[in-house]
Amino acid sequence: MSKLLERLLGRLPVGWLQLTHSRTRFAAAVAGVAFANLLVFMQLGIMGAMSTATLAPYNFLDADIMISAEDANTLTDGSNVARARLFQAMTVAGVESGAPLFVGILEFKLPDGTNSTLQTFATEVADRDFLSAEIAAQFSRLTQENTALIDTKTRGVDASVFADLKDGKPFAFEVNGQTLTAIGTLELGGGFSADGTLFVSDQTFLRFFGKRSSGAPNHVLLKVADGVSPQVVAERLRSILPAASVQVNTLAEYKAADLAYQSLERPTGIIFGFGVLIGIIVGIVIVYQVLSTDVADHLKEYATFKAMGYEHRFFLGIVLEEAGILAVFGFIPGFIVSMGLYAGLSAVTSLPVYMDGTRPFMVFFGTLAACALSGAIATRRLAAADPADLF
Amino acid sequence: MTDMAIQTQALDHFFGEGEARKQAIFDVNLEIERGKLTILMGPSGSGKTTLLTLMGCLRHVQSGSVTLLERELKGAGEAEPVRLRRRLGFIFQAHNLHESLTATENVLMGLQVHGKGNAAKQMAAAHHMLRLVGLEDRLDYLPGNLSGGQKQRVAVARALVSNPDVIFADEPTAALDKVSGRNVVDMLKTMGRERGTTTVMVTHDNRILELADRIITLEEGRVVSDVRP
Repeated sequence: MSKLLERLLGRLPVGWLQLTHSRTRFAAAVAGVAFANLLVFMQLGIMGAMSTATLAPYNFLDADIMISAEDANTLTDGSNVARARLFQAMTVAGVESGAPLFVGILEFKLPDGTNSTLQTFATEVADRDFLSAEIAAQFSRLTQENTALIDTKTRGVDASVFADLKDGKPFAFEVNGQTLTAIGTLELGGGFSADGTLFVSDQTFLRFFGKRSSGAPNHVLLKVADGVSPQVVAERLRSILPAASVQVNTLAEYKAADLAYQSLERPTGIIFGFGVLIGIIVGIVIVYQVLSTDVADHLKEYATFKAMGYEHRFFLGIVLEEAGILAVFGFIPGFIVSMGLYAGLSAVTSLPVYMDGTRPFMVFFGTLAACALSGAIATRRLAAADPADLF
Repeated sequence: MTDMAIQTQALDHFFGEGEARKQAIFDVNLEIERGKLTILMGPSGSGKTTLLTLMGCLRHVQSGSVTLLERELKGAGEAEPVRLRRRLGFIFQAHNLHESLTATENVLMGLQVHGKGNAAKQMAAAHHMLRLVGLEDRLDYLPGNLSGGQKQRVAVARALVSNPDVIFADEPTAALDKVSGRNVVDMLKTMGRERGTTTVMVTHDNRILELADRIITLEEGRVVSDVRP
């Protein structure tokens, strides 16, 4: 390592030699940086899971525009929309077709007495082209009363429960005191608001949600004619629909707004974002402590180097070399342990906690930047190294 | 090029400010010839170390003039003294070796200040210098594994390895036995003779006075005696 650094730097790797002079101290410093990395990775992992879980249900929809209640922030919250808005929308130039989307939560009672919550989506069977191809292909079978497509990755439910279903055998289960029969499957897994997902027809939905009305879906989905811009049509819709009661967004806009709301306005998003910030601050403080102590411990040596004619940039180079070494050596164990914890957390919670392709680079370069910042702050102590004091 | 390595004129120096301001150097006028071994003597607090650091551009010149290697240090700014220091060698009473670097690496630091250079040549020069100070069997030792005398010899090797124009030494023989001390001063004398290296040394070691070309004595910040034995 020493030789490699010497070649890279074109000088003796003083920073490396200083850091590794005391192995115990070096190990403690690396452990500190690794811990900060771990904190950041875990928070980002959970934030990533939240984003994935937030956006995943949208993948089951195939629409260009969505009309929602004015107070709706996500796919699953907000007031209902009058079905009349669907008919109004159909009169607007460029709108080709529309469908109501109903959303609710059902409680899935397992044979062993435990419960799981199912995020339930419904529309008319005839409107199945507003659903993804995977769902639409099975949706026509839901004309049968009290039938559903069930999420085989529902959290807390052993996959064996759905074994027969996968072989084509219906699976009956109890929901809200009534029997629902799953005749098809989908795969999504648990999110932050429910343990799994369920697709039913609007008729089945209304039977299970007695207080809901077919005249008041949660959202209205619209498709625009070929070659027409959804943005242009959305603007036309905004001009005729009352902004006080409904909002009109393209599906892409609504997804982005939902994600921003989850990340920046809901407590969970803010907490995880704050966790990332804490991890970064912990990392900066740890590296600053290590580097400033190191500078203080070597003031006499630095003063000697100053007397020999070394310039300030040489000392800055040493401190930044140390910062870089701590960043690299701290990142590696932090990354490896995070991978293990991601797998564990994903297995325990069914949340999509995984390492995406860009996160390691982002965290690594963030660590380098944080370490460099700490190093730059620590170099202020170099001013105390006065070669005249050596005599 | 003049024959003088260092010249001081009407040099005063003060420490502290306001009522605590105290004058440490009073109207010092000196001309130090190239290639000579000049010893500064005097009791503690006489100003010899302050004078050494002023001549070695480790302190700003407040009043009067110091010319080092034909460069005026008064008002020289920040960069010029740093450049000049690369032409100097410093030997400190406390060796001030870098504890994380081996003897060879410490000596290499005296060379690398001049730039990257040829690594193999630098290594050979460092080893040669360590051999000259009798440490050929301690090349890869860390300072923690060397005796006080050995550390001081590494510090001497570090100061001399780049063939400086002027060497400033503060009690360089204090940690050495008589033979080693004599060897170090002999080496400085030889460098003066062969390479024209000027040495200004603060010492209380009477054993080496006979080797001096000039002995300047200070008391209370003033030159009270200037003899050439």
